[in-house]
Amino acid sequence: MQLTEKHREYWHRNLVITTILMVVWFIATFVVGWYARELNGTTILGFPLGFYMAAQGSLIIYVVIIFIYARYMNNLDRAFGVQEGDDE
Amino acid sequence: MSAVISDNRAFFNQLRKYYTVYTGGFLAFVIALAIAEQMGMSRQWIGYWFLFATIGLYAMIGIMSRTVDAAEYYVAGRRVPAFFNGMATGADWMSAASFIGMAGTLYLSGFDGLAFVMGWTGGYVLVALFLAPYLRKFGQFTIPDFLGARYGGNIVRSIGIFAAILCSFTYVVAQIYGVGIITSRFTGLEFGIGVFVGLAGILVCSFLGGMRAVTWTQVAQYIILIIAYLTPVVWLGVKHTGVPIPQFAYGYTLQKVGDLEKKITADPKEVEARGLAKAAAAEATSALKDPVKAASDRRAALEQRLAKSKADNAPDHVQKSIQQALSNTPTDPEKAREYWTARRNLGANASPPRQHADPFPGANEQARDIARRNFLGIVFCMMFGTAALPHILMRYYTTPSVRQARISVFWSLFFIFLLYFTAPCLAVLAKYDVYSNLVGSRFAELPAWAAAWRLVDPALLTITDLNFDGIVQLAEIAIGGDIIVLATPEIAGLPYVVSGLVAAGGLAAALSTADGLLLTIANALGHDLYYKMIAPGAPTARRVAVSKGLLLIVAVIAAWVTSYKPGNILFLVGAAFSLAASGFFPALVLGVFWKRANKWGAITGMVAGLGVCMYYMSVTYPFLRDLFGITAPIASYQWFGMNPISAGVFGVPIGLVTIWIVSLLTPAPDRQVQELVDHVRYPVLAGDIETRAT
Repeated sequence: MQLTEKHREYWHRNLVITTILMVVWFIATFVVGWYARELNGTTILGFPLGFYMAAQGSLIIYVVIIFIYARYMNNLDRAFGVQEGDDE
Repeated sequence: MSAVISDNRAFFNQLRKYYTVYTGGFLAFVIALAIAEQMGMSRQWIGYWFLFATIGLYAMIGIMSRTVDAAEYYVAGRRVPAFFNGMATGADWMSAASFIGMAGTLYLSGFDGLAFVMGWTGGYVLVALFLAPYLRKFGQFTIPDFLGARYGGNIVRSIGIFAAILCSFTYVVAQIYGVGIITSRFTGLEFGIGVFVGLAGILVCSFLGGMRAVTWTQVAQYIILIIAYLTPVVWLGVKHTGVPIPQFAYGYTLQKVGDLEKKITADPKEVEARGLAKAAAAEATSALKDPVKAASDRRAALEQRLAKSKADNAPDHVQKSIQQALSNTPTDPEKAREYWTARRNLGANASPPRQHADPFPGANEQARDIARRNFLGIVFCMMFGTAALPHILMRYYTTPSVRQARISVFWSLFFIFLLYFTAPCLAVLAKYDVYSNLVGSRFAELPAWAAAWRLVDPALLTITDLNFDGIVQLAEIAIGGDIIVLATPEIAGLPYVVSGLVAAGGLAAALSTADGLLLTIANALGHDLYYKMIAPGAPTARRVAVSKGLLLIVAVIAAWVTSYKPGNILFLVGAAFSLAASGFFPALVLGVFWKRANKWGAITGMVAGLGVCMYYMSVTYPFLRDLFGITAPIASYQWFGMNPISAGVFGVPIGLVTIWIVSLLTPAPDRQVQELVDHVRYPVLAGDIETRAT
């Protein structure tokens, strides 16, 4: 089994998207969590922002991150010819 | 190939049809019971109907899905569509603690409880990005399977088996406990009998059909649990916010709660009641040494006080309150102990109510800083634990392809999200109801739900007129977290049938998680230990039979441990996460992302991670400290002031670094392992090796 340049490129792109999404995840989790008290100074729809992020905002970001990853990778599989056939 | 595609599609459509009919049937069942309630069916019978109908249903699915085929038994034949695997993972994931405990924790601890909400959802990002697609491509049966193949040799596999059993067993005890509580509360059966009725429901499924039966039952259980959770919240939301999606509208309710908190903090009557609560808790603590004598002392004191208030011609409601207090003070030994224990909980009311939305409260800057660190520590451990719990990871072996595994993580988190982003809203709505309707009401005319629940169990709700003014102050209410979900239907003014529905939902949550966990333990023993290490040549039928037998034994042991009612469920669950995170996460992720990681790195890394985690818990958690006879103050062992539940913040990085260093010091893994890593990285590879197990 020999990996081609194309395979390496596929894996590289996978690492790039993984890194980008991990940075978003880190900010939504730990940076927002660390500054929760400061964020609470802002109010949106009655919610103090720090509370809102921990209760709902970050959760929504997580769902979106996973959605983007699944979509991006499934397209990447096709573009690099490593997609599976036995699937809709 | 196109035949396979249309096969998958046909299967999906068939499933959709089945579960649509099923959901309709379940709703019809609930409506029928609602009508029966109006016609006079008793509450106990409604409870029985929900209990036996749902368990019977799960049993039926279990029997229909029975199997002796290995791939069907271990990974449901690898044909569970992403959408349904998402639902099954949701049910697998959300335990009794999530369903019943979460909203209560948020009610009691405000912002700080959100660490669990964030941790238990954000962990799926790690599952999606680092594990699910790669494990699916690997395509065997268990997590130790992957560790064994990637790092080679039985040592890594054995550590994997040990870690899988350690964290799953800790977790399953908490679930069976939940099953016992729910069945006994809603049907009046004894706790012990409740445990075994529930256990029968768990076994009939996983025993007969393994992963296949568990999967299809979990989908059914998810549907029930989500209907049960959302119905009363939506109703309560309409009552308080006027909108049927209170998740987006409760911000203004939160503001009103903040205003009420300020009012209650300043109210002189509340200040007085807080002082009395502190005194009552102190009295209760010493009274617990001799509950009966203390109770009769208190009765004597109250009688004197009653006589005095009669002589002084005190107002009517004061006399009534004293009389009430007198009749509430039991002299029966069992009851007296319960009474004082409940009163001791009033100690929490000695300080003013905490600001619900305020993060990391503390007396000074240093205390607040430690609170913040611990908050993020819990988030970290819950996330990495999520991405390392074997019963969740093995669900991603069951999808038809890598592509579907990726989508499946999305659906999993989406279905989990529906419950988790509702819980904070429920906590606020319930708090508003308590602060605005219960506080300030007269003892003679409490809201109906409070009057009913204070009779059920003093640990859930105790209201005591401390200052004998006949009016409820917040400091006079001692509340147990679990009541928030259990009593929501009544707070929202819904008929009893919805309470039964909530109980059925809680039961579904506990049963589904217990199913997944027991299966993990049995497979670790039956597949990894017996088949892979002891008898590699065993025929399929015997392998499955051994797994089934072990499942039975493990279930009975778990139920036996549960019957001792081990305390502090939240710590048990938290410990399971920290252990899983420290033991599995570094070895699994580096196994995929770093080809250089080798056997010795993995062995030392897993042992170091687990070891540090277990060490930290033993020296900082009171129960374990007693067990090991450690007497030096906790603070002298604490690192950065972290609590024992977050021991994983040390275990995970130490595990990662150890694997890294030791791998570099020892020879690189051979070519075969390199090929295996390439194999899991690409969904399809020309000239690929085959690792799927049968």
